[in-house]
Amino acid sequence: MRWELDPSPSPGKVALAYVFFLLLALVALGVLFWAYGVSPFRAYALMFSPLGDALGLAEVARRTIPLLLIGSGLVLAFRVGFFNIGAEGQLLMGAVGATYGALFLPPGPWTLALMFLLGGGLGALWAGLAAWLRVRFGASEILTTLMQNYLAYYLVVYLVAGPWKGQLVFGFLYTDRFPQEAQLPRLGDTLVHWPTLLLGVLAAAALHLLLFRTPLGLEWRVLGENPQAARYLGLRAGRLLLLAALLSGTLAGFTGVGEVAGIHLRLLEPAQISLGYGFTAILAAWLARGKPLLVLLTAPLLGLILAGGDALKLSLSMPFRVVDVVAGLLLLALVGAEAASRHRLVWRR
Amino acid sequence: MEEALVRAVLFGTPILLAALGALLSERSGVVNLGVEGMMALSALAAFAVAQEAGPLLGVVAGMGVGGFLGLSLGVFAVFLRTNQFVAGLAVAALGLGASGLLGKRYEGVPLAHPLPEEGLALVALALALLLHHLLLRTRFGLYLRSVGENPRAADLFGVNVDGVRYGALGLGGGLIGLAGAYLSLAYRPSWTDGMTSGLGWVAIALVILAAWQPLRAVFGAYLFGLLFFLQFRLQGSVPIPSEAFAAMPYLLVILVLALSGRARAPKALGVPFERGR
Repeated sequence: MRWELDPSPSPGKVALAYVFFLLLALVALGVLFWAYGVSPFRAYALMFSPLGDALGLAEVARRTIPLLLIGSGLVLAFRVGFFNIGAEGQLLMGAVGATYGALFLPPGPWTLALMFLLGGGLGALWAGLAAWLRVRFGASEILTTLMQNYLAYYLVVYLVAGPWKGQLVFGFLYTDRFPQEAQLPRLGDTLVHWPTLLLGVLAAAALHLLLFRTPLGLEWRVLGENPQAARYLGLRAGRLLLLAALLSGTLAGFTGVGEVAGIHLRLLEPAQISLGYGFTAILAAWLARGKPLLVLLTAPLLGLILAGGDALKLSLSMPFRVVDVVAGLLLLALVGAEAASRHRLVWRR
Repeated sequence: MEEALVRAVLFGTPILLAALGALLSERSGVVNLGVEGMMALSALAAFAVAQEAGPLLGVVAGMGVGGFLGLSLGVFAVFLRTNQFVAGLAVAALGLGASGLLGKRYEGVPLAHPLPEEGLALVALALALLLHHLLLRTRFGLYLRSVGENPRAADLFGVNVDGVRYGALGLGGGLIGLAGAYLSLAYRPSWTDGMTSGLGWVAIALVILAAWQPLRAVFGAYLFGLLFFLQFRLQGSVPIPSEAFAAMPYLLVILVLALSGRARAPKALGVPFERGR
């Protein structure tokens, strides 16, 4: 039994591979639920419960916003060959920048714009650092961006427990509440901060155009698909990589701004600011297969999984790690399905 | 001074074991980014089994879970030929998540019979020497290295490329599992969510720093151990926030990567092997 390359798989076979692997992931997840002591079917029903009512749908929408913003930036970064695993940290840096703008600069009609500027800037800086380390020293960005996540995490813990700890909060680890000027408007009674949602849609569309309709986009695609050809063509690989990293970092930074200015209205413990968005957005980007516009579909899908994980946490008091399990299994299913559809099984040696 | 060196070795032991495991699979050409999750889940398995059936079976369970996860990564990286980096990250998330989910009931429970740290530290050192010997002085080591450097040539000489890679991932996973067992049975005889605290990532960086040589990994691990010891010592006695100390290992990994980023890796590292192409 051997596994051979299949250069042009039929669409049906690709679909079959995805269905098979996703079912496999679902079974594995069920086994884990069972081992934890919960009926898998009850758990699955809870996971999809947000689709049932308006409140649940609003929850899905609020989870979609970060995935959309980060995800479209990651599609670009991955396409160019910059494996940014650090969106989580870039998001947290964005939240830090936004908080500085909200609490420590004179408030005015410019406050929100300033917060996006600072947050996006810090996010870009965080991603840019990893790109620079790769271009200058050859350090793998997969590991450096991952490590930077932890650094950003501890920076936020330090800030909310130390110098930025609120004057009016006792015993809690968070800053004072943002002033009115520093709050994003929301849709009705929900937590859907729609300006950030709009920004996400625009970002996905803009990156799509940039990637497929401009000379810069062509250079990016050449670099990502064939670095050697890019070198022969005289493309400046370092610069192209850095630019893509900065853009994806900026969008992750914007995400952090949206989360603190639209939902929490203060800086708080990092695990509560980002509910695993950085990692889940990798899935959204991976699923979009190199096309930023497709994130408009994949982000809500994964938003549903996050909202479903939340329902599990609340109804069954499961540890928050359940989201990691779902993300890990889903990621394995996706790479597995992709690889399987590129190959065929041959029954001879 | 003497205490510092002993503590450095004991701190460095889990890093050394996990690094040896990652090194073994990387020498065969397969990147293993799942170390952190593999350590976390095997630490839990070791603890749970040790509670029921004694510490020695706990060690066996930890190594077994590590080996199983290594082979599972192999199914994706070797058989399916997926992107190894993504599959490894998925294993890391899955291991961390599953251990957090299944370990909830063990949180805060003390271990009845802890294992001596010193004994396991010696075992780790012996394993490093053994691995050095295995890699450089045996036929299996020759096959393993050839598969990591030039799988096509190895295949032509009749070496079973996929088989060697499964073996390296399984054995390496066992070593990573031993690192997890050391954490929950000897180093801190208990189980808490997130108890691996980034050591798996440090181990991956150490493999690069050690230029894929087991003996260099020994010195690197003890150096990291010494730094961790100093960190604990300085904490509280100098006016630096504790978060800065907690962030230290991660900063260290970045520095190591920047300093040794262009170290010579096995040539076929991270490249799936497609026969006849």
